[in-house]
Amino acid sequence: MNALAARRRHPAAIAILIMLGLILTGALYAAVAPRPADAGTASADTVEMGRGLFLANCASCHGTNAEGLKLGDGDRVAGPTLVGVGKAAVDFQMGTGRMPMTVPGVQAPRMDEIKFTEKEISAIGDYIASLAPGPNVPSEEAVDPTKGDAARGGSLFRVNCAMCHNSAGAGGALTRGKYAPSLSGVIPRHIYEAMETGPQNMPVFSDRNLSATDKRDIIAFLKTVENQPSPGGMTLGSLGPVAEGLFAWVFALGLLVACAIWLGKKAA
Amino acid sequence: MSTSTTSRPADGLRDEDTTVSAAAPGAAARKLGGVAGWVDDRTGSAKGVGYLMKKVFPDHWSFMLGEIAMYSMIICLLTGAFLTFWFVPSAGHTIYEGSYVPLRGVSMSEAYASTLNISFEVRGGLLIRQIHHWAALMFVVALTVHMFRVFFTGAFRKPREINWVIGSVLALLAIVEGFAGYSLPDDLLSGTGIRAMQGFVQTAPVIGSYLSWGIFGGAFPGEMIIPRLYSAHVLLIPALLIGLFSAHIILVAMQKHTQFPGPGRTNDNVVGFPVMPVYAAKAGGFFFIVFGVIVLISGLVGINSVWVYGPYDPSPVTAGSQPDWYMGFADGALRLLPGWLEFSFLGVTLSLNIALGALVLLPLVYTVLGVYPFVEAWLTKDKREHHLLQRPRNAPTRTALGMAAITIYSIFMFAAGNDIIAIKFGMSINDITVMFRWGLFLLPPLVFWVTKRICLSLQRRDRDTVLHGRETGTILRSPAGGFSERHEEISAQDRWTMVEHEPVATLELGESVDSNGVAAPDSKTLARRQKLSRFYYGDAVNPVTPAELDQAHHDHHGEAETDAIEGGRH
Repeated sequence: MNALAARRRHPAAIAILIMLGLILTGALYAAVAPRPADAGTASADTVEMGRGLFLANCASCHGTNAEGLKLGDGDRVAGPTLVGVGKAAVDFQMGTGRMPMTVPGVQAPRMDEIKFTEKEISAIGDYIASLAPGPNVPSEEAVDPTKGDAARGGSLFRVNCAMCHNSAGAGGALTRGKYAPSLSGVIPRHIYEAMETGPQNMPVFSDRNLSATDKRDIIAFLKTVENQPSPGGMTLGSLGPVAEGLFAWVFALGLLVACAIWLGKKAA
Repeated sequence: MSTSTTSRPADGLRDEDTTVSAAAPGAAARKLGGVAGWVDDRTGSAKGVGYLMKKVFPDHWSFMLGEIAMYSMIICLLTGAFLTFWFVPSAGHTIYEGSYVPLRGVSMSEAYASTLNISFEVRGGLLIRQIHHWAALMFVVALTVHMFRVFFTGAFRKPREINWVIGSVLALLAIVEGFAGYSLPDDLLSGTGIRAMQGFVQTAPVIGSYLSWGIFGGAFPGEMIIPRLYSAHVLLIPALLIGLFSAHIILVAMQKHTQFPGPGRTNDNVVGFPVMPVYAAKAGGFFFIVFGVIVLISGLVGINSVWVYGPYDPSPVTAGSQPDWYMGFADGALRLLPGWLEFSFLGVTLSLNIALGALVLLPLVYTVLGVYPFVEAWLTKDKREHHLLQRPRNAPTRTALGMAAITIYSIFMFAAGNDIIAIKFGMSINDITVMFRWGLFLLPPLVFWVTKRICLSLQRRDRDTVLHGRETGTILRSPAGGFSERHEEISAQDRWTMVEHEPVATLELGESVDSNGVAAPDSKTLARRQKLSRFYYGDAVNPVTPAELDQAHHDHHGEAETDAIEGGRH
């Protein structure tokens, strides 16, 4: 205890205390942070199975017949009607982990952990598609990036998508906390379905607006950009001049000032 | 080694210095001397070079911030020359057939195609491009931090006001030069930047549209803007930058460099090392360090990846379109200005919502910077020469004003990144904008107050340390049971920096009305000046005087053994 007391006024004491505090907070958080429970159910397939899953997992917000649920507060809804959204919408929303929505918020975020199997999602999709016709899940060939023209897709992407998703697909902000998410790591089928169904704040790009070929070209562009190595080095998140300016002020200036201090301390 | 010959207390420290006896010059030195003599016979430069070689510069890391800026500029010049060998400053139409697949077959301007060519085909081209861009960012970063150093240490005071003004103009030119360079590659981002600039120009009342028409040689975007920006970027502005920068450096050499206060350092000397050999080696070496660091960063971290943005086309725009950081404050002001500042009358639109941020703010920032030394000299009535720097705490009002100004600038600058902040921190862009708007009015006064209080407390702490010594943290218990803390007297060297600054007092006026009831001439002006002087010096904490120090020592007499001070007694 004496040794500790003697050093309590050491200049590094405060830094060490802060570090200890941070480590402790981090460790505590890691220990008590809530973990999502595993939800796995197995049953028969087809519409009936989908209906069962829907009633158990979706109906509380979307209504027992997918007719949507009003909150009784103006136009606000707990969940919109799903009649006519098609299997593609279900595949996108559930396949990317956005639905079922874990927390109410301005926008459902993409999740790393998908709580339903492909089979279950497909069954729910079949059930929704049985209510009214809607866009179906695209075929493997329709979303194959190797069959698209990346350069043409790039031009289409810049005109139709870059104003929200950024020219590198890194994402961008929308009003009131909503955002266009980053497109990296999204599988081709989901990119196609998003254009076709217009999830959340995204507009619908129907086949009249962007044909099936156009969509495949855009997918080809995104996958080319995503898979090619970055020629310039680290991309800093492809966020443009803001990230570059921050890097210049923090790291480049820090490094140069450290060199200046080192040189200034050198005796002549 | 000092230029001063007057005797100072610190000379005692050098009593034991031994003089090195001059040996006969070696063969190499004689050869060099022969060449130098040949040059001197023809140019008469020996005197000037000799003067410069013996010039003494003080040593401190913060004096090298300006050097970082200077070297970054030189790096920009070198790499810029390389880039001109391949860059085609033309808006002429072409179809890309280079090696970057996602753009092959896309139609674009020759400027953009040649930038892609430099990036992907020219050997080392991408590295040079990235060095050029990083060095440009670091040029403005370093000159800004250099400006902070000069401001907060009072180095801009007489006789260096002109050099401060030159520095402000250099700073403005640097960002204009940067903007011109940012606009040249004709990618989607730089084209968006030019489009924004055109919008700014158009908001000039009455002449806006004529100006825009003149700059672009017709309607936006036209084919003229890229060659014109190119001339400005590689010829006009660099010439101005180099001319003013030379004047800046020559003035530093002529006026001698300021130094931080310390034992043996006075207003009449410079304590440091001569250029030859010490500073030539240090500064020369530092150039290579700066160059090395910038090349290292350019090799590892991409900047302005033009191939990601695609060619410019007036219809698309990309999320996250921002100018480089040094133009951010103008962009941020634009994002903060409310839309209702646009007025329409008699068929004329006055877009103050844009003009205030673009056409007014930009020159305003640099004008305020440029005139500050004159304002301070006027309101402190200080017309003396100053070669000793001030510690920022010893000029609390100035330090606080500077911090408040930096706060305003920073809010504008961060506002330019409101969308990036929103997406990276999961916040609402609307809330961020509202927060910045409030912050713009609330934070600067708060920062002013907090900074000033911190400065005054530091000054008081200095006084306390000088008078009562350093708190050791050792608690003693007397036989009677009382507790006291041992204080340790600080060394004379340390004390010097805490007491060397000048005491200040507010301007005091005589009676504004004389005995006959006649008002003194200019009494109103004088009263205003006194008010300003009170604002500036009102709360001044003055350094410990020798008399106070003696008194303090006298008070502590008899406690010398333990140096203890009873709790609460000071």
